[in-house]
Amino acid sequence: MTRAIVPLAGFLALAGLFWFVLGKMNEGEYNPRDVPTQFIGRAAPEFALPDLLDPSNTVSPSNMAGKVWLLNVWGTWCPECWKEHEYLIHLAERKQVPIVGINWRDDAAEAKAMLAKMGNPFLQIAFDPNSNAVIDWGVYGAPETFLIDADGIVREKHTGAVNSRVWEEKFKSYFVAEGSAS
Amino acid sequence: MKRLQLFAGIVGLLIAFSTPAKVEVLSFDTPEHEERYNKLIAELRCLVCQNQNLADSNAELAVDLRRKTYEMVSKDKSEKEIAAYMVDRYGEFVLYRPPLNSNTLLLWTGPFIILLIGVSLLIRTIRRRRAEQGINVDDATLKAASSLLDSDRDKRDA
Repeated sequence: MTRAIVPLAGFLALAGLFWFVLGKMNEGEYNPRDVPTQFIGRAAPEFALPDLLDPSNTVSPSNMAGKVWLLNVWGTWCPECWKEHEYLIHLAERKQVPIVGINWRDDAAEAKAMLAKMGNPFLQIAFDPNSNAVIDWGVYGAPETFLIDADGIVREKHTGAVNSRVWEEKFKSYFVAEGSAS
Repeated sequence: MKRLQLFAGIVGLLIAFSTPAKVEVLSFDTPEHEERYNKLIAELRCLVCQNQNLADSNAELAVDLRRKTYEMVSKDKSEKEIAAYMVDRYGEFVLYRPPLNSNTLLLWTGPFIILLIGVSLLIRTIRRRRAEQGINVDDATLKAASSLLDSDRDKRDA
């Protein structure tokens, strides 16, 4: 009798563990693709890239010093970016959130066409076809959104599309404290 | 014949899939640079395809990170400097051989702990088996036991 109980108990324990972990993964936890970010609490990496819409302008994080702002990495090749675009416009227009874009590994004409069609939520867009700034920021997929505070410190990062839930959970509190958005 | 063709086909596919994805034609200043580059891309993980290193992956991020590695090697950065640059941005997860620290202690020692448990279980089982087989009963004891049984049977029969 005891001979049968030991393997059975082992099996049930394993099955229970798998049930629990897989259930949690379904809810979005323990995501093996979620690489923990290295940047929270660190100074925002500097870059100087041409503006997509006006290449004579240089886009750089230091331009935003003293403000709380979002840095959004996007590309026309990324379907999640299309999905979040409307919400970014909502944030920029309704909540006056300053958003700087990095247009990543993209074709300038296609990127401009997308903005012309869907609207432009960005104050400035750094054009980064060769992933120069993107690698410096430890980005591995798009969209990724960083929140940088008034001291130039990265405070939050979100991988995947920004929506109202992500805004409430991760970003909103920083802007309420600033009094610049509701 | 058909079976042979199938076998040849499977072998062909295996060979095709095992070819590294490295396609860039690169030139290096020194053989050491080339060696350093090849060593690094074999040990850095492609973050979007996780079970491949940079050398094996054709994902765009892997191509980008290979190029970054190449740039840094060309600037004569050491292996340590380049690995530190990557870890600084992508975390220790980017290394296929993470350093031993409190976070990775279980990762490094886990297999040995499991091996130890297995070996101790095996030794215990072997010892028990041996003890079971090695029961030595002398004739006097056997006789005593059978007479006891007999007397028991006699009692029941009576």
